[in-house]
Parts: sequence; structure tokens; C-alpha cells
Amino acid sequence: MSDYVKIAVYGAVAVFAAIAASYARDMAFQVHAVIVMLVGAGLLLMTLRGLGRVKPAHDDGYMDDVVRAGVIATCFWGVVGFSAGTFIASQLAFPSLNFEWAQGYANFGRLRPLHTSAVIFAFGGNALIATSFYVVQRTSAARLWGGNTAWFVFWGYQLFIVLAASGYLLGATQSKEYAEPEWYVDAWLTVVWMAYLAVFLGTIVRRKEPHIYVANWFYLSFIVTVAMLHLVNNLSVPVSIFGSKSVQVFAGVQDAMTQWWYGHNAVGFFLTAGFLGMMYYFVPKQAERPVYSYKLSIIHFWALIFLYIWAGPHHLHYTALPDWAGTLGMVFSIMLWMPSWGGMINGLMTLSGAWDKLRTDPIIRMMVVSVGFYGMSTFEGPVMAIRSVNSLSHYTDWTIGHVHSGALGWNGMITFGALYFLAPRLWNKERLYSLTLVSWHFWLATIGIVLYAASMWVSGIMEGLMWREVDAQGFLVNSFADTVAAKFPMYVVRALGGGLYVTGGLIMCYNIWKTATSAPAKSPASVAAPAE
Amino acid sequence: MSKSNKDKEGDVPTTGHSWDGIQELDNPMPRWWLWTFYACILFSLIYVILFPAVPLLKAATPGLLGYSTRAEVEKDIQKFADANADLIAKLEAVELTPEAVMADADLYNYAVQGGGAVFRTYCAQCHGAGAGGVQAQGYPSLLDDDWLWGGALEDIYYTATHGIRNEDDPDARWSEMPAFGDDYLSPEEIAQVVQYVRLISGQEHDAALASSGETVFLDNCAACHTEEGTGDRMVGAPNLTDAIWLYGGDVETLTETVTYARFGVMPTHAERLSEAERRAVAVYVHQLGGGE
Repeated sequence: MSDYVKIAVYGAVAVFAAIAASYARDMAFQVHAVIVMLVGAGLLLMTLRGLGRVKPAHDDGYMDDVVRAGVIATCFWGVVGFSAGTFIASQLAFPSLNFEWAQGYANFGRLRPLHTSAVIFAFGGNALIATSFYVVQRTSAARLWGGNTAWFVFWGYQLFIVLAASGYLLGATQSKEYAEPEWYVDAWLTVVWMAYLAVFLGTIVRRKEPHIYVANWFYLSFIVTVAMLHLVNNLSVPVSIFGSKSVQVFAGVQDAMTQWWYGHNAVGFFLTAGFLGMMYYFVPKQAERPVYSYKLSIIHFWALIFLYIWAGPHHLHYTALPDWAGTLGMVFSIMLWMPSWGGMINGLMTLSGAWDKLRTDPIIRMMVVSVGFYGMSTFEGPVMAIRSVNSLSHYTDWTIGHVHSGALGWNGMITFGALYFLAPRLWNKERLYSLTLVSWHFWLATIGIVLYAASMWVSGIMEGLMWREVDAQGFLVNSFADTVAAKFPMYVVRALGGGLYVTGGLIMCYNIWKTATSAPAKSPASVAAPAE
Repeated sequence: MSKSNKDKEGDVPTTGHSWDGIQELDNPMPRWWLWTFYACILFSLIYVILFPAVPLLKAATPGLLGYSTRAEVEKDIQKFADANADLIAKLEAVELTPEAVMADADLYNYAVQGGGAVFRTYCAQCHGAGAGGVQAQGYPSLLDDDWLWGGALEDIYYTATHGIRNEDDPDARWSEMPAFGDDYLSPEEIAQVVQYVRLISGQEHDAALASSGETVFLDNCAACHTEEGTGDRMVGAPNLTDAIWLYGGDVETLTETVTYARFGVMPTHAERLSEAERRAVAVYVHQLGGGE
């Protein structure tokens, strides 16, 4: 794009955003318009200052700048998301932390989506984008397609995160779990995501390897399916072009079904398929072992992506959703058990013959624990999808515990492992700054997860039993407030577990920072480049 | 790399592919994995045959077991309804005094718990889930011993059954306070009587106005609220000498009450609730703290 076109586009964005800000119907929209205006104006200034300057020669090596930025963003959003989670966990234990002066901005209801979006989309999303850019280049032996489009994906995604998060605090939400951002933020994410798909697919198309590596199948299925889920679940009509409010296209039980088709597959394709892509590259690389079974990887990939998409109705057992839909959601969840475990088997068996590394390499240890938690939560999921089990577990803290053993254990740990693998390679260093700190991180995170999951199991099952307890005449024995009071000790333990997890995350940030700035540099001869 | 490439330490060949140094072994799928997968599929097929599952043109297949979540709930509810049939009959027949109801522990538990459920469904909208009332709107608290129409079990039962000042039930409790601001009293007199009410309820007041207010009170208010201002349950006239207010005891609210009067309505439940339910909710309200 010529600089003059850029200047025109940035200028137009800034002007339109300024107009939108002045006509804004609500504060969230106004703040967002101002943010967009500042971004447009900033880009305009940057381009103007760069006019006439000679562009640096085209680089033919791997495009790793954007991966480095992604690693930094992942670390940053990780700490933000974990801290928000620990804070809202503490709010549940000690409601006085819903400060009077912050009502309407920092109470639990506003911060909860901030936490979930920060960990899933900001931390997890940046980790997926960064690692997928790294992995697809290495396993295709090709530079990222599309030049600066990858940078557009990176910065566009950060803008999405900022708009989503500030929107929650200001009350702009569609009230759909994990799909809270309002219509214009959704539209922006769609643009960014299409660019992401183009970069990823373009790189695969120009690959120099004859076959597409399994990690890339998983990454690609994640990118394509998330695009579809995002588009359908966010179909809505804005009330005003200058306001944040919109009206959903679907209503009633159809809306609920669409939402949980989306919600469940956000777990399935964002947090499972995407992270399996990560696992399939970083585990064999770190273990320096071949992948255990090619056949298993094919069968479990196709089984997983075919079965996952139908399992959503298990979120709506015992609701207005017809029984037949619940049955289908349940049986597809049960059939999903083994396809999910295929990834665990391939991960763990890849390490066979390298088990001794568990003693010496804390990064391998993280990956093993991660795959273990993956196996555990993908077993727990089908069990909880069974109608009669769900009648006890639904709406209780058991669900929260389940999600977090997957999120903290599987997604968190595999991401930490990948970041520790990437840091010395991206900053061209001999090794990580400190393996001892990795060990500390490993133990803090592991103990944190155990405290979290165990307390939520106890709390969830207790709460479920208390809710359904009736006396001989059929009257409920406990009031809702009784169950809340009984959960207090578990809430404290959970918050403590979260605190340990954040501490581990901070140690990781320090370690990666020191690796980038002060670990010994690698000899220049061995810098990686695409095969010619 | 050729197909014959072997993994360094084992006999399993690789597929011959290599990406960034990653190879893949050509291990078969673990048998236990495959058989468990088949077993899950078989289980699912059987489950689909037994339970409602496949959507057709007009309805879904009902499944061989004829299961439905709604039918399960109805069965559960019916089970307890059958089990409690004797208690319901007893409740309908029992003499409405606390002693008689409490004499049978099962009956008392049923009345209090069942009455609580009725209260949370039909009464909590106005009186609050905890029965504390909403003073700003004149919904009385049912937790204290200050009763407008009587706090005996029979009285509460009557009020719960017929309601107050509604047109639907000829037996509804009825009385009407005149709007004294219309023709009866001048604004000065109203200001005086308000100060007098502040005096007899033990609040801060203007002594001069209050002393002139006494005559106004005796001439206009005492007929219902009595000369002492302690109220009369026969006409639902509140006691004005305690600290408990239906609408509020500050000057502004009292002035509004005297000027425009109040006309709080409670609907009838004679047809909406069964005899047993009305008796149960009376027992529930009676034991909240203020029952007489």
C-alpha cells in the first residue's frame, strides 16, 4: 500500500471516529470511538513522519518480530487475566472487595467477563497466534505470507482486546458468555480474523514441505471454526449506528442453543484444537523425540473436529431445550472422550524413551503435567455431560473447577512450556536465563491448580447436594444463602490457589525478560532461516 | 528420508516425513484406545434408541424407555403430593390456634415449610422475600408485633384469604381514611396535627404547633386512631405512638398521609390458593416473630 493511500485511510478513520465520538449514544461507545480516533491519528502521524524515508530491504528470513511481540503480549495479558481472576475469586470469598466507590465498574459482574476474556482471548489467543506464526513457518519452511499483514493481525487483535475489556467495565455487553463484546467489536474481530486466516493459509500454500504437519491441521481447524462460530453467534442488529447496544437475531431457546453451540466449541476449537496444535510442535521439539503415532494423529484429529461440534446441548440439560437435543449433546460428548485422549496419548507416548528428561528438564515437566490435565479434564467433561451427573453438577462450582483444571492445567501449562521453548530461540540466546525459576514456576502453578480444582470439586459437589436436599415432606432443607455460607472456606482456598498461579506467571515474565536482555547470546552461525 | 527409516531406539519405522526435525513414528493406534472408542459409540447408539433423540418432521423419536425430563419432575412432585395427602387433610381440619397446629410436629413442619413456599411465590413481591416489607410503598413488615388488623393466627388467616380494600372479595377487610387536605383541614391545621403525631410518637416536634394539633387530632383522627393514638384493629387504623410506620414518620411523609390519605390494597387469595395453602401461609407468617 502506498503511503498516500495509508494516509488517506488513517485520516478517514480518525475523522469518522471523531464524528462517532461526538454523536455517541452511550459512554462505552464514546470511549471506544475516542480510542479508535487516537489509534487512527497515531498511525497517520507515524506514516507522515516516515514519508520519503527509505524502507529497509526486504527480509527473507523467518518473520519472528511478530512472534516476539506475541510472546510479550501473551506474558502481559496472562498476568492481567490471572490477577483479575484472583481478584474476583477474592470478591466471592470477601464481598466487601466489591468496593462502594467502584460500583458499576469494578464489581464482580463487570470484572468476571474481563477475567474470562483476558485469559481465554487475550492470553490464550495471543499464545495461539504467536505460536501458530512460529510453528507454521518452521514446519512449512516458509516465511509468513502477506508481509505486514501479520503485524496487522497482531495489533488488530490487541485493539480488539482493549475494546472488549474497556467495554465490559463500561457496561457494553451482549450478555453472551465468552461472546460479550458488542457488535462493532465483533465486526472488527471478524476483519482481523480473516486476515489471520489469510496469513496462516497463505504460508501453508507456499510451504516447501510436501506434507502439512499435524500441528497445522489443528491450528487451521481452530482458525476456520472460530470464524464460523463467531459469525453465527454474534448475529445482531445494532439499535443505533452510534451506540453500543444491539439486539440478537435469535431469541429464546434458539438463542440459548446457538450460544452454547458457540460456547462449547470455543472450548473445543479455541482451547482444545488450537492448543493441540501447540502441543504437537513443542512437545516433540522439547523432548527431541518423534511423534508417537501418525495414524492416531489422523484418526483423533478428524474424530475430534467432527464430534466436538455437536456436543453443545449438554450445557442446557434440564432447561427449555427439548430432551432429544440434550440426548444428542450427551452422546456426542461421550463419543468425544477417546478422540480427545488421542492427543494425550500422542503427547505422553512421544516422551517414551525420554522419561529421564522429566528429572532434569522443568519445561518437559510442565508439558507432561499439561497433557495430564488435558486428559483429566477431557474425561471429566464427558462424565459431566451425562444427564444424571449434570443434574448434580450443573450451575455448581464443579463446572468452575472443571473449566479451570483445563484452563490452568492444560492451556496454561502448555503455553508456559511453549514460551520457555521460544524465548531463547526468538531472542537468539544460548539458553533460558534460569531453569531454577522455571522449576519455581512449575511448582507454584501445579500447587495452585491442585488447590483450585480440589476446592471447587468439594465446593461444587457439596453445593449440588445441598441444593437438592429435601426433607421427608419434600421441602428444600437449605436456602441458597446457606450454601453460599458453607462455601466460604473453599472460596478462600481457591483464591489462594489463584494467588500461587499469578505468582508463577510473574516469575515467568521476569525469567523471559532476563532471557531476552541478559542471557548469553547464541553464536551467530546457527540462526534459523527457511530452506531454499 | 525413506520409508525404511527406523526410530533410533525402537523397531517402529517412521512415516518418512520430517518437519523442522520432527518425525512421526508409524505406531498403530493403541488397541485399548480403539476398542474404548468403539464401546463409546456403541453405548451412544443404544442410548439413542432408548431415549428421545432423533428429530423427525413432527416430533423427535421418543425412545423405547419413554423417558422425558418433564415427566420425571411430575413424578417427583406427585410422589410428595401423595405422601403429604394426610397432612394436607389434617391442616384443613385443624383448629387455627398455635397450640393445636404445633401439637403435631409433622403438621407444624409441613405448615411452616409449605407456607414459606407459598409466601415466597405469592407474597414476597410486596412484603419482600424476608417478609420485612417495603416502607416507602406501605407494604408492612410481618416480622414485628405491630399488627394493623390483628396478629392472631385466625386474623392472619382471614387477611391472607380475603385481602384488604380490594373490590374482588366482598369479605375483604375494609376501611378508608379521608383525605383531610380536600375540605376538612387547612394546611395550618395539618401542620399542627402532624407535629402532634410527632409528639405522641416520641419524636422531635414543634411544641407550640403540637399543642394546637391536639384539638385537631381529637376532633378528626381519634375516631379511628383512638384518643391516645394507639390505633384500632377493627378498622385497620395503625398505632401512631410507636416507632413503627407503614409509610414513614417524618414530617413530609406524615403531611402527605394526612393531606391525601392512604389506601393500601392487598388482593384476595380465596380462589388463588387452596384452603391448606392459606392456612399454611398464615402459620408461616405467625411464626416469623410477631404472632399473637
